[in-house]
Amino acid sequence: MATRAAYAPPASPPIEGTTLFDGAVAQRGYALNAMCYSFNAAENREAFRADEAAYCERFGLTPEQRAAVAARNVLAMIAAGGNIYYLAKLAGIFGLNVQDVGAQQTGMSVPAFKQMLLDQAVATPAGAQ
Amino acid sequence: MAEIVGGYFTSHVPAIGGAIQRGDQSEPYWQPFFAGFPAVRDWLAAARPDVAVVFYNDHGLNFFLDKLPTFAVGAAPEYRNADEGWGLPVYKPFTGHPALSWHVIEQLVADEFDVTTCQQMLVDHALSIPFELAWPDADAWPVKLVPIAINTVQHPLPSAKRCLALGRSVHRALASWPGRDRIVVIGTGGLSHQLDGARAGFINQDYDRFCLDSLAENPDALTHDSIIEIVRQSGTQGVEILNWIAARGALGPVAREVHRNYHVPISNTAAATMVLERP
Repeated sequence: MATRAAYAPPASPPIEGTTLFDGAVAQRGYALNAMCYSFNAAENREAFRADEAAYCERFGLTPEQRAAVAARNVLAMIAAGGNIYYLAKLAGIFGLNVQDVGAQQTGMSVPAFKQMLLDQAVATPAGAQ
Repeated sequence: MAEIVGGYFTSHVPAIGGAIQRGDQSEPYWQPFFAGFPAVRDWLAAARPDVAVVFYNDHGLNFFLDKLPTFAVGAAPEYRNADEGWGLPVYKPFTGHPALSWHVIEQLVADEFDVTTCQQMLVDHALSIPFELAWPDADAWPVKLVPIAINTVQHPLPSAKRCLALGRSVHRALASWPGRDRIVVIGTGGLSHQLDGARAGFINQDYDRFCLDSLAENPDALTHDSIIEIVRQSGTQGVEILNWIAARGALGPVAREVHRNYHVPISNTAAATMVLERP
């Protein structure tokens, strides 16, 4: 794929632990996200399962993106330009849901991640105004 | 003349679809969320809408980064759901209302919103799950659909102020629609949540309450924050509040809250449901 011109987004104060999926990131991640988008089709999920390296090659993933996929490392996929909405389709192939992915990214066990969310529960009765 | 009967707002977390599929509505984890819906269903039964104008965001079913519209209005006779890649059932199709869609498009472009128009469009869980929650036993959806998709995926996103103005333009269209339709406005998504990054699992109840408390009577209060500030307060996917803000604009100047439910957590999300009426 042709190299795209670098784009510098407007400066804004960073948010800890957060990547804004902007033009610069979207350019960097295009191949990875395109592969993930293809997983809407069951036959493409099967093709990936059958030969992961060949499937990544077909979409022209960068070495960084291939390594992140091979390692099932979601933070590395995001660093390589992945967007979580598309990555969720890849995670589904690995049998991971968004809570598994959340646990991996925060370095928690899945039960600890779920408990962290439950600990934020509010006691408002359902239907209360 | 058409009548705008009110607005229905809800989170659209995919896990809700899984819970419905398994019949888990009464399980302790899910009950506080699903308990917010009998009031919605009763209200809809009394309001008898026959058209839904729905503001939502696509999650990579219909739109990809090759062509990603900021605002897209469906103008199709039918909209289908499809495989999103990770195991949700494929939901029922929706009947469109192309004449009303084009009337909305005419108004939006006249008001200088240069929208993308879609005569073919798949719609994802962000539409199907709110419908499943509202009409759980329907063999076919009792309302025709006018879908309006807002980009909440790739920055720069439209500002909250712009989304409210978009909704107000849609309101002008609905108010001048000569058909006899009874129209419900729907906004889906949110509230605070973040799926990606080391801050995954982030929830901000204070900001959610500010949004819920402002929506009916002071929606302009929701437009003062920049998009990055909304992300900071609400999470990377919490920006789906843009759909609620646009839908609130489409209701018209005055709205009254008649029902609210707020429950943390559903999956990684602070879940909220609300019904607003027009006076």
